[in-house]
Amino acid sequence: MQLKQQKSLKTLLTAATCSLLGTTSQAESIDSWEFDTAIMHYMEADRVSATEAIIGAKKTFANDEILNIKLTFDSLTGASPNGAIAQPRAQTFTRPSGSGQYQIKSGDTPLDDTFKDTRIQFTGQWSQPLNNDYTLSVGGNFSNEYDYMSASLNANLAKDFNNKNTTASFGFSYAYDIIKPEGGIRQPFSAMVIGEPRVDDDDDDEDNDNEKNCLDTCLADDDSKSTVDLLFGITQVINRRMIMQLNYSFSSTNGYLTDPFKVLSVIDSNGDSQSYLYESRPEKRNKHAFYAQTKYHLSNAIIDASYRYMTDDWDIDSHTIDFRYRLLLENGHFIEPHIRWYSQSAADFYQPYLIQGNVIEEFASADYRIGELDTYTVGLKYGLPMANGSALSFRLEYYHQTPKNTVKGNFSSLKNMELNEEVDAIIAQVSYSF
Amino acid sequence: MLIISQSRLKLTLGVGILLLSGCSSLGVEPWERDLLAKSEMALPTSAVDASLDDHIYFSKEASSGGRSFGGGGCGCN
Repeated sequence: MQLKQQKSLKTLLTAATCSLLGTTSQAESIDSWEFDTAIMHYMEADRVSATEAIIGAKKTFANDEILNIKLTFDSLTGASPNGAIAQPRAQTFTRPSGSGQYQIKSGDTPLDDTFKDTRIQFTGQWSQPLNNDYTLSVGGNFSNEYDYMSASLNANLAKDFNNKNTTASFGFSYAYDIIKPEGGIRQPFSAMVIGEPRVDDDDDDEDNDNEKNCLDTCLADDDSKSTVDLLFGITQVINRRMIMQLNYSFSSTNGYLTDPFKVLSVIDSNGDSQSYLYESRPEKRNKHAFYAQTKYHLSNAIIDASYRYMTDDWDIDSHTIDFRYRLLLENGHFIEPHIRWYSQSAADFYQPYLIQGNVIEEFASADYRIGELDTYTVGLKYGLPMANGSALSFRLEYYHQTPKNTVKGNFSSLKNMELNEEVDAIIAQVSYSF
Repeated sequence: MLIISQSRLKLTLGVGILLLSGCSSLGVEPWERDLLAKSEMALPTSAVDASLDDHIYFSKEASSGGRSFGGGGCGCN
């Protein structure tokens, strides 16, 4: 019964995939498609929650060509920090759209609770062997959400050496993103208008909607950025039980890198907020990342350890250590504890607030995600084989963020304020492959 | 300036050749790939988990990429 249901699901998905690709689903090709599906829920305490569903399909053709396609849906709701600091009194902010306001209680980190978005993403990748131990892979990606669109293309060339024990690869990717935020692209350091109703002195001309949202601090309706990524990698088989990978990657982004929804509090000598200014980030960012990963097969377990060092021209340096220990149980079941530790230094233009009367530098942001930050993740995954070669797994993880930004100076109003609120999140996931 | 960049190039090439020649003494014969051929030994083990994790950490931290391309494609909050 279960086997029958599973086969019919696979038949249905194969037919759907083939009709999407414009090919016919031959009876004999049904078994050659492999599907990976997952649904994941990410939930922060009192903040954002997101649900993401993935369906990936893979087909291997006669000459070892491989086609991978993937469809991702995600939906996000909840509250996100707007960049302003907590105060010993209630604060009022204007929503990004310019219509409506929200109040934050005394002592609370200001969170904007208007975030609600749905994203759809389509990814396709084709890889095939060439002559002389070369493998070529080309692919693309497209994603769209209410205020954001992203498209990218990539190519990767790999060559095997030493009896296929060494693989060297080079990859290139180009991405182009367009952002069209509620309220438009703000002028750097323009003040959030609070307490004034939206100006609506025009007639019902729909073309003027964005102009109204922009108020008088808007530069444009939308903006864009482009990213070039280069990736050099070496994979090496060490012995029968061990494999290792070393990567160097370079990423260069140009364009609009500011977060249009984030502000900075301007405080006086007591620490009292006087106004809120929209942030401004540089229009260029170059990142270098060094990544090493190794896997070691013990008699009844697999160790998977990786380390990444990243450095960029915003002065952010980060270290990431990831460790998984997959304990192989009887009958193909496994249990896999996971721990991840991450630490970053602050961007050179990160400031938790601006001080009234001081000269504003060219760039400033109070987004804690580019400030000094430590995070860790602990989790557990449990997997079990199902009938007919399919597999089911469950993953539960706990993610914790500790921002470590210090207040410089003695501000009486900030004495009992928590400016580095810690964030807790739960990640729960069910995966099924067949 | 040119001299510095030339010596850097030589150093990089030298390290590269050393790594590759060092690598040739490592590895296994085709019939010794029983463990390495298991899907659990693939890098990464699960492409789906890796893609979900990349999306979370790209949205919540200032670093991305390393293992593969830098990710992105969202106006993440």
